[in-house]
Amino acid sequence: MAEVRLERISKRFGRVQAVKELSIKVESGKFTVLLGPTGAGKTTTLRITAGLERPDEGAVNLNGRRITDLPPRERDMAIVFQNLALYPRYTVFDNIASPLKVKGMNRDEIERRVKRVADILHISHLLDRKPAQLSGGEKQRVALGRAMIREPNLFLLDEPISALDAKLREEMRTELKRLQSDFGATFFYATPDQAEAMSMADTIAVINEGRIIQIGTPEQIYNRPANTFVADFVGSPGMNLLPCEVKSGDSGAYLDVGPSAFILPLPPERAKSNGYPGNGELTFGVRPEDILIDAVPGEESIRGRVYVVETLGGYNIVEVDVGGKLITVKAESSFEPLIGQEIWIRFRSEKIHLFDGNGGIIF
Amino acid sequence: MAAVQVKKLRKTFGKVEAVKDISFEVDDGEFAVMLGPSGCGKTTTLRCIAGLERPDRGDILFDGERVNDLTPAQRNIAFVFQFYALYPHLTVRDNVAFPLRAEGLSKEEIKRRVDEVLELLEIEDVAAEKPRSLTADQRQRTALGRAIVRRPRVFLLDEPLSNLDAKLRERMRGELKRLQRDLGITTIYVTHDQIEAMSMADKIIVMNEGLIQQIGTPREVYHSPANLFVANFIGSPGMNFIRCRYVREEGKLIGDGKAFTIPVSREIREYLNGLSYTGVILGIRPENIELCPKTEGDRSLEVVVDLLEPMGSSNIINLMVGDQMIKAISTPDFKPEKGERLSISLREVCLFDPQTGQAFASVEGEKLWQR
Repeated sequence: MAEVRLERISKRFGRVQAVKELSIKVESGKFTVLLGPTGAGKTTTLRITAGLERPDEGAVNLNGRRITDLPPRERDMAIVFQNLALYPRYTVFDNIASPLKVKGMNRDEIERRVKRVADILHISHLLDRKPAQLSGGEKQRVALGRAMIREPNLFLLDEPISALDAKLREEMRTELKRLQSDFGATFFYATPDQAEAMSMADTIAVINEGRIIQIGTPEQIYNRPANTFVADFVGSPGMNLLPCEVKSGDSGAYLDVGPSAFILPLPPERAKSNGYPGNGELTFGVRPEDILIDAVPGEESIRGRVYVVETLGGYNIVEVDVGGKLITVKAESSFEPLIGQEIWIRFRSEKIHLFDGNGGIIF
Repeated sequence: MAAVQVKKLRKTFGKVEAVKDISFEVDDGEFAVMLGPSGCGKTTTLRCIAGLERPDRGDILFDGERVNDLTPAQRNIAFVFQFYALYPHLTVRDNVAFPLRAEGLSKEEIKRRVDEVLELLEIEDVAAEKPRSLTADQRQRTALGRAIVRRPRVFLLDEPLSNLDAKLRERMRGELKRLQRDLGITTIYVTHDQIEAMSMADKIIVMNEGLIQQIGTPREVYHSPANLFVANFIGSPGMNFIRCRYVREEGKLIGDGKAFTIPVSREIREYLNGLSYTGVILGIRPENIELCPKTEGDRSLEVVVDLLEPMGSSNIINLMVGDQMIKAISTPDFKPEKGERLSISLREVCLFDPQTGQAFASVEGEKLWQR
């Protein structure tokens, strides 16, 4: 059990500012995910937590104790990387047992512990095999086993399943989450894949360009993204984002997305009398599943043409060209329009978002 | 542009049979996707079509003409591994023009064709830039431009999006599909990602262990999978399987561990009575499971909630049916607790033979139960 706090961590590599004034709390027994694109600073953050890098500024605390200068081996943390470093000539048993052998533990105790970990990970039948005889998912489990056997304070996982096939990645998601929650382990997990973050995390910290953009539950991050970056990055597909202006007319305020696209009346409670900061550079946002498709035009409907249809089985993704702007809509799988076909769309008014000139959320 | 036929193709590497005996056709202008896990033989097949591997047996035909003995260049194909490999010291324009220079076309002709491609891909504005200063999206388009500028007869793509991050991959899917349709180039695309296959393909060729498992439109492979492998591999999450046993005398399906009993309708009974085995696997897509509060069993199964995976626009709920785990998709506001008891009803059910793994029937959930 361990609670880790990173306080105002900064780290440079030459001219590159990898991490900038980053603060985050990794709660004991929880699954915390650091989510961001390649180069966002995720790996640096994990390496600083592990003690493999020294921050230029800021502090690392473990259970309230400052450990910034403590060497990695005294932190009692286990790291699992994307590129698995299993010993090719060792069996699975010996790979898992290696951290205990280094500690000089006696044979019976080692055997007992390895068997228990192998049981949990469903790899008991593989203990005599060598890594070359294992599938990608099995290797990943062995690597996890080797991390678990030490019963560390904290697991640091750096894109541990990114290299696996799509299907296997999906299955491993559920397994990792189950494992973490069953054992109440503390996970600090880095990934560029929003589906992994959403499905597994108790807390998501979205990171970009070395800075934390938003910290929250998956639900908070999804339903109220702090800015346009988060809105676009989280969700599959991400949120539709279109530049707009707020104007006022005879029947109240409305959003203007462009002369050939559409205008949208704002609900009175959303319409501020003094306007919005940065008007002219505002952004309108709506998630693909919050757009309805109508067969015939209604009062609020917006006309568009089908640009492309992606059939995904359970649902379809339809890209609609509205006055030269592409809007992505999640539709029923039975809706299979032709390319170029004219259709009408409508937004769920309680689900629309507006972002200010700096991309920050207004509502 | 060309139609492609693969006939009884076989290819071994030492003792490994990479491709066992496969045949399929890709129509002129069609977007075909070969889908399967690592090591299923899809890349080997693609390399045989390209002329980069020699098949042990079988023929490759372009427009009915056997091309086995032609070099890759003579076949006039474009083969793309990953889109990223651009020449860093050349501009976007020169990167795209590169394959034409090698062909010795006139300057005017090269310029005309390159301009056409740059415009089509909307990268005219960055024509003078070097790859370093491009966005990932523009780099991808440039690489795509280099592949199509030669106007190949067939476009062969081997996991071209796999090195991109998830977000960009998603954007490129729609772009690629639209571009392929506009150009009308016969395309064969290899991937292990079923979402790519489903979203882009006219025709999906599902492979496993060197053999074709099923060929069909995305709709066909999704709704009428030929076997357990296809059913589970396609879909995110894949199809759920519930093992049960058919007791002929009672006309009932009984779940493993007696997790449930389904008195079967006459229609299905007639079907099951004709089978020589008693095991049956029920296959249900996660979105075809309807969750409701626990009711005393009219046409429903009892389940216990195990784990919740929020996905934003929906939740994936892991449920236990006896000791078998299944996944259901619900609306994001439905958040049952671990251990909670619920009932499920099934909208669409596939029935599989557990011995061969083959699907033998598909019914509306309603019609499975006796009225």
